[in-house]
Amino acid sequence: MFKILSKKFLCPTVAKFEIEAPLIARKARAGQFVILRIDERGERIPLTLNDWSEERGTITVVALEAGATTKRLLSLREGEYLMDVVGPLGRPAEVERYGTVVCVGGGVGIACIYPEVRAFKAAGNYVISIIGSRTKDLLMFEEEIRGLSDELYVTTDDGSYGQKGFVSDVLRRLIEEGRKLDLVVAVGPVPMMKVVAEVTRPHGIKTIVSLNPIMVDGTGMCGCCRVEVGGKTRFACVDGPEFDAHQVDFDLLAARNRRYLEEERRALERLKEGRA
Amino acid sequence: MTSRIVPKKYPMPEQDPKERIRNFREVPLGQDPETVKLEAARCLQCRPPKGKIVPPCVEGCPVGIDIPGFLALTREGRFEEAIALIKEKNALPAICGRVCPYENQCEGACTLGKKYEPVGIGRVERFLADWERARGFRVPARPPPTGKRVAVVGSGPAGLTAAAELARRGHAVTIFEALHAPGGVLVYGIPEFRLPKEIVFAEVEYVKSLGVELKLDVVVGKTVTLEELRREHDAVFIGTGAGLPNFMRIPGENLNGIYSANEFLTRSNLMKAYLFPEYDTPTKVGRRVATIGAGNVAMDCARTALRLGAEESYIVYRRSRAEMPARKEEIQRAEEEGVKFLLLTLPKRYIGDERGWVREVECVRMELGEPDESGRRRPVEIPGSEFRLQVDTVVVAIGQSPNPLVPATTPGLKTSRWGTILADEEGRTSLEGVWAGGDITTGEATVILAMGAGKRAAASIHEYLSGKPWPSDWKPVNA
Repeated sequence: MFKILSKKFLCPTVAKFEIEAPLIARKARAGQFVILRIDERGERIPLTLNDWSEERGTITVVALEAGATTKRLLSLREGEYLMDVVGPLGRPAEVERYGTVVCVGGGVGIACIYPEVRAFKAAGNYVISIIGSRTKDLLMFEEEIRGLSDELYVTTDDGSYGQKGFVSDVLRRLIEEGRKLDLVVAVGPVPMMKVVAEVTRPHGIKTIVSLNPIMVDGTGMCGCCRVEVGGKTRFACVDGPEFDAHQVDFDLLAARNRRYLEEERRALERLKEGRA
Repeated sequence: MTSRIVPKKYPMPEQDPKERIRNFREVPLGQDPETVKLEAARCLQCRPPKGKIVPPCVEGCPVGIDIPGFLALTREGRFEEAIALIKEKNALPAICGRVCPYENQCEGACTLGKKYEPVGIGRVERFLADWERARGFRVPARPPPTGKRVAVVGSGPAGLTAAAELARRGHAVTIFEALHAPGGVLVYGIPEFRLPKEIVFAEVEYVKSLGVELKLDVVVGKTVTLEELRREHDAVFIGTGAGLPNFMRIPGENLNGIYSANEFLTRSNLMKAYLFPEYDTPTKVGRRVATIGAGNVAMDCARTALRLGAEESYIVYRRSRAEMPARKEEIQRAEEEGVKFLLLTLPKRYIGDERGWVREVECVRMELGEPDESGRRRPVEIPGSEFRLQVDTVVVAIGQSPNPLVPATTPGLKTSRWGTILADEEGRTSLEGVWAGGDITTGEATVILAMGAGKRAAASIHEYLSGKPWPSDWKPVNA
């Protein structure tokens, strides 16, 4: 059992959990994820690490309410327990000194890009962060990321805060302005990562994305999370989750992520009707 | 001793096929004590043949159970002593009594079987284990602690057996399991209707009662490294199994609706997707399901598909019936349940719809040519024989490779080119104080062979912890 030490809503559909998990905190690195399970009947939910503290023996994850399972997760309170938390899983981000690194985060992906911003900064890079959300209320970690970045750009789709538009617009502008970018790292919804890849591709800028396929075990055993990278099948849980964006088949990923929409809807309806 | 030969096994009642494809309950229903006594009485109580120290059935058992001994006790109704005798050699009898391929082992070697049906050794073992479990385990007295600590990686059949054997010798054993439930393939792989999970968990509880500590949610290679385990323990046993699913690498294999056998079975067995939405994890099975492959795992998938609502469940296999690797019993049960066999048929590519879901599999017919390196006749494509099979769901059950997580994160741990961990006849690896056994050293095999390997390694670990030096001339037997 893993105790929830604190829980904070970042907006009505997104919450941040600090969880007691000393073994994971000792090993965690930027880009890795954990899998958690609420209770005996729960699904295994993969969540990218947002933060960790070896000293406190804790990890922090940010979860978006997307279906029945995550709705139940968000209903848990401080002091309650998760049945299982396992990790850190996946390969860590390849953090080294590249020069100028652009960290792009969209939606809850901002929570996942935060540790990368920190790691790339600590490795001596000039870090430009671009974060964006649909609207102002959904924006998160702005101050934390601002404090670590050499430059920060904020976008909202509806223009309610920062610059109106998409994160990819800012990235495109930086390239057009002739900024020399050595690496782009992007985490967010599949369409956003796909556009980022298309923006950097013609300029040959190395671009890394963190993929979010459906997973079951998360240790390479089931192949549920298979993705195609450079025409080859890879398991995101053990070969990734980070891959060369210019090699990823995003359309396949998007199609595969729609596999259980019908079941998710059923589960959500059942939850709303008030399950025991 | 044998006044009258009974030529056939006493039958065991089963759920009717029409009934059982609508539930996940166990198919064989077990036997009553009187029938089991009669079955045990069929044993001829053979002496060891000339030059041997044990009778043929015991020789055929990978863990060396005293089979004539427990059958003699069973015949007299001395069930408690009979199960105690089994447990001297086998900590997981209710599991073995269900999933062992007896026909190739004890029953395959049975003298009676030369002329008649062999003694139903497996079903007697099953009965005794169930009988004991229903009454509550008798926990054996613990030996004085040796002060030695052993880490076991993986709680599948190899790990559980090694742990039980070591705990019985007084060593402090901790099992590290990556998943949220113990049992490895017994829990994620083998379906409920063949091996109820309640039985696996009960046998795991028995192993724990011997003093074994079980730590779930620890991925060795990620949460802790093998090197860290080595520093904190006097010996380490690796039993991480064959958990890496193989695909055919043909076009369209990543379409929606195509599962590896591991994913399909894990969703249903470990995550209980057959109880969705009662349980959170979903699974999706269409009207027409094709399972590629013809081993025991493939049979499990094809039969699971029926229970999840498939109207047609096909086994697609490139060789002929004679080469099918599954146990006869499993093939027979699948047929009774209505699984259809498309033999001498090889999938070439999958065809999907505009939304990315598999709709058809293009196959080619095969014929058998000259024998290949496995001794089986090599299947050869018949040119121009391509045809398409309509499917909504495909399960790829063509085997598993060794789990790469531990070798990939452990410098100095030598592996073969197939990814199996190299080990000598006692299970010793290239690293001092580290043993390995089960599917991680042999490639995909059976539960009982993994248990045999766990047992041999435990004996070797015990000798090492008692002062026997590590060999200076280590020679792997699986290179």
